[in-house]
Amino acid sequence: MFFSGRPRFGERVQQRMGIILLLAPALVVVLVLFVGGFGHGVAQSFGYLPFLEGSQVGVDAYADLWRDAEVRAGIGLTVRTALLATVLSFVLGVAGALLIRSSRRGRRLLSLIFQANLPVPHLVGALCMLLLLSQTGAVSRLATASGLTDSAAGFPEVTGDGFGWSIVAAYVWKEAPFIGVVILAALSRGVADLEDVARSLGAGRWQRFRHVVLPVIAPGAAAASILVLAFTVGAYEVPYLLGRPFPAALSVVALQRYRDIDLESRPLAMAITVLLFLTVTLLAVGYLALADRLRRISR
Amino acid sequence: MKRIVGVGVLVLGVLAPIVPLFVWAVSARWRYPALVPQEPSLRGLRLIVDPQTAAVRGVATSLAIAVAVTILASLIGLPAGRALGLHAFRGKRVIQLLLLAPALVPTLAVSLGMHVTFIRYGLADTVPGVVLAQLVPTIPYVTFVMASAFANFDGGYEQQARTLGAGSIRTLVSVTIPAVRPALVVAAYFAFLISWSEYVLTLVIGGGVVQTLPLLVFGYIQSADLTLAAALSLLFVLPPLLLVGLTSRYLTGQSGVALGFGRA
Repeated sequence: MFFSGRPRFGERVQQRMGIILLLAPALVVVLVLFVGGFGHGVAQSFGYLPFLEGSQVGVDAYADLWRDAEVRAGIGLTVRTALLATVLSFVLGVAGALLIRSSRRGRRLLSLIFQANLPVPHLVGALCMLLLLSQTGAVSRLATASGLTDSAAGFPEVTGDGFGWSIVAAYVWKEAPFIGVVILAALSRGVADLEDVARSLGAGRWQRFRHVVLPVIAPGAAAASILVLAFTVGAYEVPYLLGRPFPAALSVVALQRYRDIDLESRPLAMAITVLLFLTVTLLAVGYLALADRLRRISR
Repeated sequence: MKRIVGVGVLVLGVLAPIVPLFVWAVSARWRYPALVPQEPSLRGLRLIVDPQTAAVRGVATSLAIAVAVTILASLIGLPAGRALGLHAFRGKRVIQLLLLAPALVPTLAVSLGMHVTFIRYGLADTVPGVVLAQLVPTIPYVTFVMASAFANFDGGYEQQARTLGAGSIRTLVSVTIPAVRPALVVAAYFAFLISWSEYVLTLVIGGGVVQTLPLLVFGYIQSADLTLAAALSLLFVLPPLLLVGLTSRYLTGQSGVALGFGRA
């Protein structure tokens, strides 16, 4: 190009049009289906049901949220399992990634095994946990065979339980390797050299981890954990198959109310989805603020 | 010693939960507390090889939907990724947030409202409706994988091709696509994986009429037919595992790309 510098007005308009055209298809899909769909749900949560006679616009459904025992128990279960699963996945993911990185022999094989369940759908993960952890599952059989328990009832109830232990187990089985792989990718870019420099400058093991390794893996690990948190808050199959009718996860309660023949419970179902949306947003914002503060302290 | 324990825990923790799945797939009766099944069965295997069963129809439906979603999401996400990766413009952050949001907001929160809209336009309970709905969770991943590829792409190559007389389509096919091909393969894989594994969106929008593989597996688990559930699960896991083998050389070493596994 002969002329450089600021493009002329006509060219700028042309470039702007080009960008709009490139973005248009994706924006149309997201605005119409995602924003429009969610907006429709919000409208119904405020009682906007024109096809239903006698329906009134108002915030009744939101008042009901706090009165409804199933919803209240659902909030507890959902937040509890999601937070516990995210923290455990993070810790085990970091530990796994560091273990693989520091092994000399069999590193490729080990990292392959670590990643083996990434493409396994969560639904299959839930089935695996059911066959493994239920009172008649594989672990319970091993416990009986080795004399630790003498009946199925003697094995702790971790599937279909009120706390959601096997729900957490299913998430951690899937998400710890996920976070670990993101960290391994971050670690593959020349961190070893930086660590060598730090070591030659007299940094100890903990100092090297804290000031060299942690800053490198932090952005990827934070992004991956937020995805995990968002997923576990809204997941349906895992808490449905591994939980019990009460207390059930919020997503399970929402779909059950939505499919209720009685359309009166429609606004409450939609209000629960709005609650799910707000929960994800709040937890993500809180998590980011926490991560940011930790980063500032470690500096 | 500590390291051996660590490696042992890692290998066992990842692989052990899959073992009962394989055993159940070939068992007719496996009552507690036996460690081995009382009676083997080929019922599960027959389900996944006999072309007359519901499973094969499920595979066909799943495959048709996943392929359509992969193609459409790639066609829509590629240009959006180009705009975000290659250009700076006003309002870019808002657009980024908007295109990323569907990856973070729970699918269920969107699907219920979307279902209400789809009923009005006759898209509920249909395969095209399910395909359209699945574009929502897939487009963010395609867009962001492509955006990170275009951020490292030198627009000068396209200029050169044009200067040498290549038209827009020729430039796209012989210059741009080859340059971003690894990212495109990865993006398409994630779109396929997300569509293939999607349960709740298909259930709500498809209304139980569109029976994909995950819906069938779920049904067998609910009716406590563990033999069929386990056998069908093995078939369900196979395509993603085969494809990850094919795309693995593009998946490793690229930071951030692994984030696409977040939703599967």
